[in-house]
Amino acid sequence: MSLVVAILTLVLLAVVLLVVSAPLRAAQRSRRESGGYSPAEPDRGGADLERDELEAAREAKYREIRDAELDYRTGKLSREDYESIDSALRAEALEILNRLETSAG
Amino acid sequence: MAGLGRACLLLALAVCAYGVWASIYGVRSGRLEFSVSGRRSVYALAGILTVAFVVLEIAFLRNDFTFNTVADTSSRTTPAAYRASAVWASQEGSLLLWAWLLSLWSSLALFLTRDRMRDVAAYATAILLGFGGFFISLMLFYANPFATTHPAPAEGQGLDPLLRFPTMMIHPPMLYSGYTLCTIPLAFGMGALLARRLDADWIKAIRRFAFAAWLFLGVGILLGARWSYAELGWGGYWGWDAVENASLMPWLTGTAFLHSLMIQEKRGMLKVWNVSLVLATGTLAIMGTFLVRSGILSSIHAFGGATLGVPFVALIGILIAGSIYLVVSRRDMLRSQHRLDSLLSRESIFLANNLVFVGLCFVIFWGTYFPLISEALTGQEASVGPPWFDRYTVPLALILVLLSGIGPVIAWRRATLANAWRNFLAPLTFALLTLLVLLAAGIADKPGAIAMFCIAAFVFGSIGQEFFRGVRARRAMAGERMPVALLALVRRNRRRYGGYIVHLGIAVIFIGVAASSSFQHASELGLSPGRSTHVGAYTIRYVRPTATITPKYDAAHTGSTLSLGAVLDVSKGGRHVATLNPSQGFYASQDASQGSVGSLIGGQPVSHISMDAGVTRDIWSAIQPNIEAPQIKRILTAGNRTLTPEDALVAIGVLARTYLQHPPTAQFHFIVSPLVMWIWIGGLIVFGGGLVAIWPAPSAVRRRVAARSRARAVRGLARA
Repeated sequence: MSLVVAILTLVLLAVVLLVVSAPLRAAQRSRRESGGYSPAEPDRGGADLERDELEAAREAKYREIRDAELDYRTGKLSREDYESIDSALRAEALEILNRLETSAG
Repeated sequence: MAGLGRACLLLALAVCAYGVWASIYGVRSGRLEFSVSGRRSVYALAGILTVAFVVLEIAFLRNDFTFNTVADTSSRTTPAAYRASAVWASQEGSLLLWAWLLSLWSSLALFLTRDRMRDVAAYATAILLGFGGFFISLMLFYANPFATTHPAPAEGQGLDPLLRFPTMMIHPPMLYSGYTLCTIPLAFGMGALLARRLDADWIKAIRRFAFAAWLFLGVGILLGARWSYAELGWGGYWGWDAVENASLMPWLTGTAFLHSLMIQEKRGMLKVWNVSLVLATGTLAIMGTFLVRSGILSSIHAFGGATLGVPFVALIGILIAGSIYLVVSRRDMLRSQHRLDSLLSRESIFLANNLVFVGLCFVIFWGTYFPLISEALTGQEASVGPPWFDRYTVPLALILVLLSGIGPVIAWRRATLANAWRNFLAPLTFALLTLLVLLAAGIADKPGAIAMFCIAAFVFGSIGQEFFRGVRARRAMAGERMPVALLALVRRNRRRYGGYIVHLGIAVIFIGVAASSSFQHASELGLSPGRSTHVGAYTIRYVRPTATITPKYDAAHTGSTLSLGAVLDVSKGGRHVATLNPSQGFYASQDASQGSVGSLIGGQPVSHISMDAGVTRDIWSAIQPNIEAPQIKRILTAGNRTLTPEDALVAIGVLARTYLQHPPTAQFHFIVSPLVMWIWIGGLIVFGGGLVAIWPAPSAVRRRVAARSRARAVRGLARA
């Protein structure tokens, strides 16, 4: 292996080590500064995971409400069917919003 | 610099190994810094493989024949653009391309999901790095792109003439992007199963990548079909070649997934089905990669003589076993939250189309792999040809196109018969009118084509009706002018109307396929100059022969030593329509036993077709000049006997002049195919529609405002 190739390889290795170890070094620094265990990033427990899920469900539900309205306006749903479906969807959306508020609270 | 490339591969493998461990350790121990370090390993892998790829590209561009792969697939006479793309012409280079694209797309996927689904993403990181490590191991232990030979040969073998076409430069990167993007939903799907997080979030995260995989894979498939039609000498665009099929299968299951995931997003249904589709799509992508590299195929697509079959079979076995175990062990968490409200609903149509897509995939899978398995078990070659595939895929394709027209006019959740009838009336009328016109035109003897034309008309009718009604509704609500209303309608409902455009494109493609398959006129015959033949309504006359000699070290497009062809005049009803110039290129070979002159033209001949393409029809021609004619053979024999390799080109010049002065009868292949161009136009429509559907939604700020407004509206309705 030539000298140039060896140097380039070492540089690459150094960059890789810097990139990959950055979170570990940050966590170590954080532990030293706080004097105890402290993860590199905030621990996202079950509540945060549930929030992500509810937000995804909320977006999907809004899309359903919009789709139902468009189905009605383009003649695929009768007025009666649309009102029935729309009420059900909005009730489901409201339940999701309530659960979101509860998880935030 | 090969040393740097080899060092990159070793470093990449080490990074993969570390990243797999760090990701799994991080998620199992709750030490998030290790999960983040694992994700950064993917970024580092992308950087390392970029360096490796650049090293190989530079070697090709600089004609560094110490690199074995450069010597095998490039030469000084290969034009620079083809030298750049020759990187992926070999097994070794294409493995590097695969790994590099996997690292790039994985980096993007993990960057975009860095703040969500930490546990799912950590497992996905480990799986993606596992794939990366697998491909890097193949390069290190089986097919190293940085293997060298000293001293280097003076000249390389050159790029396979069949690959010296622009479409072939971009076809592999597009296809490999599709394959590697298929592994991302697979990784996240497995991650969701491992983390037991089978909610809406992972589906939402991978939706865009599933779409991108579908887009790239589809473009790659279409480019391959175009190359086959416009460059190869057989005149077809799809031959049910095993490697073509291998790329189509994950596209079919991926398309099914894009439809059924909408049902899971809306109704929380089909969770088992969707996760199985995701896993199957990724596994089929790996199987497609396996087919080309295992050595079990002899195909223009295959890297012949490969020995990678065993590692790939092991990987595929692990994927299948792991997928089945994960789905079965998590089946309680995959229960549907709701049931179908009605059989007459868009959900039902999507279910039906999913079954057809999977059925198509199964047929193609059986027809592709059964002969290979049978040959492996019995030792006897078995083959399944286009008639077998057509027998089962044509009816399924008809059903699929029909469903693509029914789905748009049926409501989500439930529709009534009365409403459905009202919505079907116009498209059905359009289809019936089409049928009447076709019958009046006297083509009742092609029932399959007639069925496809009528179904396509039904699709045009239903999609057109959707756009018309949508614009009308928008104008009634917002008072906008028609063009503005149309734009606003599509912008606010990208998925829906992008999907409609895709369906339109699919119908257009199948019109082209049905017409070109059922109403094609073809002829294979020998012609001498001055003679003519009739193909369909056209008269094709062989006007005169052509001969072109390529100097030894030019940068000619084809790189052939000698090109023999013909000038053809095409007329219809006595009126000139087109002039065609098909030719066949004769290339140098490395076989010294062919003689000093013979070896200049003794390599694999390549047909250069000539085509007059039009909106209503293509006139396609190919020539096979007769270089075994006595007057040609005499020149070759005399030249081999008397000329040294340095002077052999003189004989080629004499040969060319003799061919022009005393042209022997040449074999011609003519095809007149109606509506072929609509296959490519349809493809553009499909992918344009796909881009519309996948385009990012309005900005986050507008989304938050809209969400608050909607929240108030929902509460207001609830109180009322």
